[in-house]
Amino acid sequence: MKTYENKKMKDLRSGFGEGLVDAGAQNHEVVALSADVTGSVKMDGFAKAYPERFIQCGIAEANMVGIAAGLSLSGKIPFVGGFAEFVTGRVYDQIRQVVAYSNKNVKICGSHAGVTLGEDGATHQTMEDIALMKALPNMTVLVPCDANQTHAATVAAMRHNGPVYLRFGRPKMPNFTDENQEFVIGKAQMLNEGKDVSIIATGHLVWEALEAAKALEAEGILAEVINIHTIKPLDTEAIIKSAKKTGAVVTCEEHLFNGGLGDSVAQTLALNCPTPMEYVAVDDKFGESGTPEQMLVNYHLKAVDIVGKVKAVLVRKK
Amino acid sequence: MTNILDLQNIATQVRRDIVRMTNAVNSGHPGGSLGCTEFMTALFFDIMEHNPADFAMEGKNSDMFFLSNGHITPVLYSVMARRGYFPVEELKTFRVFGTRLQGHPSTAHGLPGIRMASGSLGQGLSVAIGAALAKKMDGDNKLVYTLHGDGELEEGQIWEAAMYAGAKKVDNLIATIDCNGQQIDGTTDEVLALGDLKAKWEAFGWTVVGCENGNDMKQMVDALTLAKTLSGKGKPVVVLMKTEMGYGVDFMQGTNKYHGVAPSNDELERALAQLNETLGDY
Repeated sequence: MKTYENKKMKDLRSGFGEGLVDAGAQNHEVVALSADVTGSVKMDGFAKAYPERFIQCGIAEANMVGIAAGLSLSGKIPFVGGFAEFVTGRVYDQIRQVVAYSNKNVKICGSHAGVTLGEDGATHQTMEDIALMKALPNMTVLVPCDANQTHAATVAAMRHNGPVYLRFGRPKMPNFTDENQEFVIGKAQMLNEGKDVSIIATGHLVWEALEAAKALEAEGILAEVINIHTIKPLDTEAIIKSAKKTGAVVTCEEHLFNGGLGDSVAQTLALNCPTPMEYVAVDDKFGESGTPEQMLVNYHLKAVDIVGKVKAVLVRKK
Repeated sequence: MTNILDLQNIATQVRRDIVRMTNAVNSGHPGGSLGCTEFMTALFFDIMEHNPADFAMEGKNSDMFFLSNGHITPVLYSVMARRGYFPVEELKTFRVFGTRLQGHPSTAHGLPGIRMASGSLGQGLSVAIGAALAKKMDGDNKLVYTLHGDGELEEGQIWEAAMYAGAKKVDNLIATIDCNGQQIDGTTDEVLALGDLKAKWEAFGWTVVGCENGNDMKQMVDALTLAKTLSGKGKPVVVLMKTEMGYGVDFMQGTNKYHGVAPSNDELERALAQLNETLGDY
């Protein structure tokens, strides 16, 4: 299969921070808002480079979302940064009213998403954010898979006119996609062509999907691996094509079963080409404290878990 | 400056619009609308520097207004139409399927003059701060106005925004509070007493302007004019205006009964008998 090299372990939030500086250099209308987590979310680079375009809101996320919407009226492109839980779940109604329904050009950037936030525990580990954000009309939902792709996604979000939710995580993870990649919103990324099963993954689990495909190849199972970096709008064409080719699908995400990538894929398959499918996701429970690696292992989000689900779906394949 | 008598005549017609619009669809919020009629008329016809005929979402070099207590659309739509944002005839489509005049303000239906959806309470002050910050960044010296209900001040986001605007000296912002002392479940004192609002806003770093009778056009214009002269001096300005819910129609006045209840056909007749058709009904 096609091989991918982990050039260096890197946190996706740093990819966001660098992408934000890049977006700010490319477009002087870009402004950034933080709620007292500037360093954690890696917005400090932007704050230093463009202090006149950086707005420190204090610990007041609801106000921050409203300010961002107000700023957007004049043509500014506000990037709202924070922990994913506190810039989505905490302010769901604010985003609904003044960003999504009012259709403003605001970018909600959620760092520290998922169980890999680790030691902070369940209060801070959102696994419902994709569900919340994709439910909103007008909202585009981006979930890049590594630091390089998060950089590219940040710049793409700046160029896209309309509300965007950009989701990424805290820990250092394999950085394996191209440094100067083109990020096309709404376009699935074919990472490996296969014929026996389609592994459709997003975020941190894309690397695990590649690892799983490698292990499966050793057993003679040729897996297709597709990276869905845009949950909404979903590249249904790519998913249908792959499902028709392989006849079996496994989705992988660091999110709850309910409302995540898996549900979007299941809906696509049910409406277009019913196909046996399995989910690698967290089944209706909250996270807990632990290292990022412990969390992935104990919440069954590792390559070995993907391999297990592939075997389960292959049994069901006609 | 517009003549006070002219403003009063406009306000009387706006009140006719309010009771007719809500009666026609047997829904909407006439009580707060009637109480804020002097304020909205003064703001749109005298105080604000804006260009209704050439509305632009960006609002550059134009004053902006955000209705945070979005339920009082009857008065908002009436003054907007009467001021020329859209045809007065369109008031008859209020809350009717397919209308641009949604129950609460919406940007999704393309009504000129609306820049943000509102009605989920407590959010308009934050939005206004964003708009005011953008004006400062762009070197635009026009002002941003908001209106809030006093009950709305029970929302926590209001105080996040108040703290921000005070601390960061957002002095191109004039917030106004409709202090009618009423909310859905009773008086504000019964539901959740607001305490000393003047002291609260001052403690948050705002300049406070009082208006003892927000249903007296002269007092309203004077208070807003004063607020304008106090802006640009390092502090945001808030106007606390005492009004009476339902003002202008005797049986609707001073009660929260008509907060979200439209006048019946009989009540409409009685209301219209108290309000002269000064500018012509739609």
